[in-house]
Amino acid sequence: MSVIVTDTGFQPDDWTGGYVSPEDLPPDDAPPSPLAVALPSDAHPEALAGQLDRIAMIRVDFPGPADGRGFTIARRLRLMGFRGRLRAGGHVIADQYAMACRAGFDEVEIPDALAARQPEDQWLFRANWRDHDYQARLRLDPDATTPYTQR
Amino acid sequence: MYRYDDFDAAFIRARNAQFRAQVERRIDGSLTEDEFKPLRLMNGLYLQLHAYMLRVAIPYGTLNGARMRQLAYIAERWDKGYGHFTTRQNIQFNWPKLRDVPDMLDALAEVEMHAIQTSGNTIRNVTADHFAGAAADEIEDPRPVAELLRQWSTDHPEFQFLPRKFKIAVTGSPNDRAVTKAHDIGLRMVRDAAGAPGFEVIVGGGLGRTPMIGKVIRDFLPKADLLPYVEAIVSVYNLLGRRDNKYKARIKITVHEHGAEKIRALVEERFAQLRPQFSGVDQARLAGIEAHFAPPDFVSGPTDAYATERDTNPAFRSWSDTNLAPHRNPDYAIATISLKAHGGTPGDATAEQMRVMADLAERYAHDELRISHEQNVVLPHVHKSDLPAVYAALAKAGLATANIGLISDIIACPGMDYCALATARSIPVAQEIATRFGELRTEHDIGPLKIKISGCINACGHHHVGHIGILGLDRAGVENYQITLGGDGTETAAIGERAGPGFAYDEITPAIERLITGYLDLRSGPEETFIETYRRLGAAPFKAALYPESTRRNAA
Repeated sequence: MSVIVTDTGFQPDDWTGGYVSPEDLPPDDAPPSPLAVALPSDAHPEALAGQLDRIAMIRVDFPGPADGRGFTIARRLRLMGFRGRLRAGGHVIADQYAMACRAGFDEVEIPDALAARQPEDQWLFRANWRDHDYQARLRLDPDATTPYTQR
Repeated sequence: MYRYDDFDAAFIRARNAQFRAQVERRIDGSLTEDEFKPLRLMNGLYLQLHAYMLRVAIPYGTLNGARMRQLAYIAERWDKGYGHFTTRQNIQFNWPKLRDVPDMLDALAEVEMHAIQTSGNTIRNVTADHFAGAAADEIEDPRPVAELLRQWSTDHPEFQFLPRKFKIAVTGSPNDRAVTKAHDIGLRMVRDAAGAPGFEVIVGGGLGRTPMIGKVIRDFLPKADLLPYVEAIVSVYNLLGRRDNKYKARIKITVHEHGAEKIRALVEERFAQLRPQFSGVDQARLAGIEAHFAPPDFVSGPTDAYATERDTNPAFRSWSDTNLAPHRNPDYAIATISLKAHGGTPGDATAEQMRVMADLAERYAHDELRISHEQNVVLPHVHKSDLPAVYAALAKAGLATANIGLISDIIACPGMDYCALATARSIPVAQEIATRFGELRTEHDIGPLKIKISGCINACGHHHVGHIGILGLDRAGVENYQITLGGDGTETAAIGERAGPGFAYDEITPAIERLITGYLDLRSGPEETFIETYRRLGAAPFKAALYPESTRRNAA
């Protein structure tokens, strides 16, 4: 089982629909249904260009905490216009929660064992990820309405 | 000098609190060693051969008296009373205890310093020309841009877990004193046809086991495009760089494997996507940063005291011949303080010496100090009339060695004395060479010459770009030193070529001596430097000097 982490802490996974890989996306004329895509960490987000509007959720895999490709994948997806649910799943540690959120993820999915070793308070410690953010300061007009992190 | 605003100060406080918690969580088991390692590295904490090592950033090499004094305090309070200045404008403390490190970081924050991203697979401390803001040949002070890059790269959410470390250097002068062509990104300031300053962007340089001279991927980048362009480069690298082999993970390999043309195309495409994100807020910040680097109020006054001292004090004359560089203000000089006393450890300074340098900066140098990548300290703005007093104070503290740019001004990595990766000693080799040529009293006659020593293939001692490079290896449990010739770390950058078979530890100084004797015989006159002679004649006569036995054998 796994635990979903957001700014409010831990909760159970409410996504029961399963995932398809980018190669297995149904044809454009298939009957609409909530579509979720699983991206491995070596994926090229450009493969989903033109498809993003019909995808409800994308889960980007983190095989280990030292593999930071998922952060760039997330930002690219957001810059490509993806407004759906974006999940970082796998071996993400509490110390990476702020980075994940700033890169554009809505939530992090971690295995139960990791949640037991790094309990909720260690994740909530970084729920203030909007604070102390150099990126926001360098590109955001203070009066602008579009946040740097588009999610 | 840049001063933190409330945002910077609050950021550092929060960051230090996070690291303090991370140390506790490592101790209580919440974090495994594998998880903790990148976190401690991105806060400057290495595990070395004997102990932890804390590497503190000196952004673009700029310090003031108060900061230098705090480094002295840290050295005495939590270390063994000294620090080691590195080739990337950092200072390393070699003996901290893990539990003390959060307190050391808090002490740094008191003077607006940190150890963030001095290690790990992140964007490292941004380095710059150590004569920035003072050099006579400068287009513009590169430090405001370096500070902007510091802020942009600090805690950048996309780039904390890159395939490998990532180093950026900036120079504002056509004469490259920042080794920009041996960095992951080198930024060399140039002017466009209309005279506006911008950057030549160099990507994929690096030393290490596969030395590469960087490739120019943009001839002219307007200053306003800098952050999105650099972000595009690092973003492309984050997905494209290899993660299957750490020895092939640097961007120099990515550029080599994919070709500069493809990297340029990918970067330009990504840049087009990112450029609209930067609406000009970054440029407003840059303008604010530039105000912090306004030139000091230079004093005009007679410089006769300098001329008189040169005429009457031969030791001062010798020091001023080697350790001074031209300042943009003709009444001033740039004075380099050598941390290369003959027989000492290159780059080391005691707490007492740090305080002397802090005092001199405050009293005579508009409260500015610089750390050079050549592991020396610079007083960038000294009125010439104050030079005799500066020299006298330095001499009392053992800091008046007159050898800048000479054979004993050696870059050396820590080597087997400290480093877990080292395969050979490098500090003792530097000490022996410097001591030998100090005894011979020939180094002023030999003239400008850069010897650089690395104690392993990772090349932290920059041996590839030394006029004479020395690489210490392990051959079946015995130290063996290879010599490379003809390297150059400046705007005419070149990788040195291996001269031939290596030398045993006790053979290396005599080998260097043969090489120098050979050079003195070969040069067209005292004004022809070692590297000029090498370029004129090629390697053959230098190899003959280095390996007289094999030359004799071949002749027989």
